[in-house]
Amino acid sequence: MLDRAERGHRKLVEIKGLKMYFPITAGIFRSKVGDVKAVDDVSFDIYEGETLGLVGESGCGKSTCGRVILRLYDPTDGSIRIDGVELSDADSGTLRKLRPTMQMVFQDPQASLNPRMTVAAIIGEPLDEHSRLSKAEKLDRIYELMDAVGLNRNFANRYPHEFSGGQRQRIGIARALALNPKFIVCDEPIAALDVSIQAQVVNLLEDLQDRLGLTYLFISHDLSMVRHIADRVAVMYLGRIVELAPRDALYDRPMHPYTQALLSAVPEPDPEIETERKRIILTGDVPSPANPPKGCNFCTRCPKVMEICHNVNPPFRELEPGRFAACHLYEDTDTTAGKTAAQEELTSIQQGV
Amino acid sequence: MPDGAVPVLDVKGLKTVFRTRGGEIHAVNSVSFDLRPGELLGVVGESGSGKSVTMMSLIGLLPMPPADVRGGTVMFDGLDLLNCSEQQLRAVRGARIGFIFQDPMTSLNPVFTVGFQLMEPLRKHMRLGKKAARVRAKELLELVGIPDAARRLDDYPHQFSGGMRQRVMIAIALACDPKVLIADEPTTALDVTIQAQILELVKELRQKLGMAIVWITHDLGVIAGIADRVIVMYGGQIVEQAPARELFSNPRHPYTRALLKTVPSVRGERMPKLNVIEGQPPILRAEPSACAFRGRCAHAMARCAQENPLRRIVGPGHDVACFWEPLDQEWQDG
Repeated sequence: MLDRAERGHRKLVEIKGLKMYFPITAGIFRSKVGDVKAVDDVSFDIYEGETLGLVGESGCGKSTCGRVILRLYDPTDGSIRIDGVELSDADSGTLRKLRPTMQMVFQDPQASLNPRMTVAAIIGEPLDEHSRLSKAEKLDRIYELMDAVGLNRNFANRYPHEFSGGQRQRIGIARALALNPKFIVCDEPIAALDVSIQAQVVNLLEDLQDRLGLTYLFISHDLSMVRHIADRVAVMYLGRIVELAPRDALYDRPMHPYTQALLSAVPEPDPEIETERKRIILTGDVPSPANPPKGCNFCTRCPKVMEICHNVNPPFRELEPGRFAACHLYEDTDTTAGKTAAQEELTSIQQGV
Repeated sequence: MPDGAVPVLDVKGLKTVFRTRGGEIHAVNSVSFDLRPGELLGVVGESGSGKSVTMMSLIGLLPMPPADVRGGTVMFDGLDLLNCSEQQLRAVRGARIGFIFQDPMTSLNPVFTVGFQLMEPLRKHMRLGKKAARVRAKELLELVGIPDAARRLDDYPHQFSGGMRQRVMIAIALACDPKVLIADEPTTALDVTIQAQILELVKELRQKLGMAIVWITHDLGVIAGIADRVIVMYGGQIVEQAPARELFSNPRHPYTRALLKTVPSVRGERMPKLNVIEGQPPILRAEPSACAFRGRCAHAMARCAQENPLRRIVGPGHDVACFWEPLDQEWQDG
């Protein structure tokens, strides 16, 4: 299969310095006493036709990031450009015109489908809002979409509760596809599904991408599934992206200590490997995004923590072509040079079988 | 594991039915298994396969009605748990059989302190006084690795993080030194790095305390890391049982094989396309008269639709409920 990243090198989505702070208020006047820094200075691009995986633990800001990119929230700061159009300060009229090109598939198909609407009405609603199709044309389009996602046309007049979880997710995908979008944010689309059904939905998303040339931001906490579907992967921790790299590079040779720990924590369905393997066990919990630690966000749990980490936030920079990380361990690395000694050591720990 | 050891828990022919408005749902169908002292038994299956309902029925935790345990015996400590009075069951639950539930947020009472909830089983079952219970509660929190235990006893569940709450749940389950611990998806609601912490903790506690554990999960990776023996459930029945290494290296049931193949890996080779089990899990409207997996099975034969395969022994400690004779080569090559 052709690597999807190679198809286009046009940047479809460009995010620069994106910040999303939610205010914390207190007292009867609801005066602001602080901020939850859900997304804190995040920058990345998504190329046309590729899938960018966004992984991280719960509460790291990955869903907020996906939502703010589609302007479901108003960003605190930073720039969002989709297909060359600046969204961060666009007014609602402009946004409405742009909505058809960018869509979202939500995590919980139970909660994101209106239980009182039929499948046809759910899939057809975006068409009502954004197109002027006749009744017959609309029905044709609905049937076409149902075929595309593998739903039986005869079920068009049924209600969401009559479907299983996997089928409901297909309804959600059909709705997202209704207006021929270019860019879809998939926010944990398989988290609520069973293992055998997850594979069906992931294969469907991949087929649709191949056929329609879609670009995905695939948000997930499932590292093995992201490895399967994504071309490039961004790892988020406490509101910041700590590492961004092509898929194989990231999984074979993770650079940031957090990525290393995260990958090492994933249990492998093979007892031989599991009993032999040495895990990097992180101590403690993720700090609160309302009160992140000084310096590097990861300094409270990092097994490789140094003096500087408690004081200075490491910049997010390109260490090798296409590989970005924010870590002081690679401070002395010439951006174009190959592996440093520190990195080689870390690699051997990660692979430590 | 000595094979001849007397099982601590011996379940035979367990049947559980739910009466609903749409008719009966046969959630558990003739499930038999045993649990040996000190072993960790993994129970794998998708949602609706009957794994949780099996465990809930055997200690009488299901609301009846709608649930109805129709048959079977559950021998524990010389007692048939299905023919026990509610009083006898109470003496077993929480004392000799501990339970950890999936969601630590909903299974702790938000209006009582963690210390109170930890001391409750100690005072009820072990008849400890207030002071002694508090001392023991503190020890338990230390045992599960909660820092500053003495002070945290007076905190409420919402003051703990998800992973810490699950540690509290484990501490409560362990409070009375149970012989058997039933853990129902205890790490599913947790993040991977926290899951890794909890798995390490359980391994450590097993060595220290030596109780037998039933670990319910849908995550084959988790099972691979901790289980001695594994039961695979599908459609309310056990379709395969084997020692953990054997199950992963030589799975015999088509469902087990398909399940192992659908899961992508973070290491090893990356498949260009995910393997899929087509179709949906069955809805169990009647007692099975045929193989529940036949509609999704690549090896289904005429016989599969006519009779329900019984579990047959295929190796040491390994049995499978399937008519199909797999060629061993096939799995190793594929």
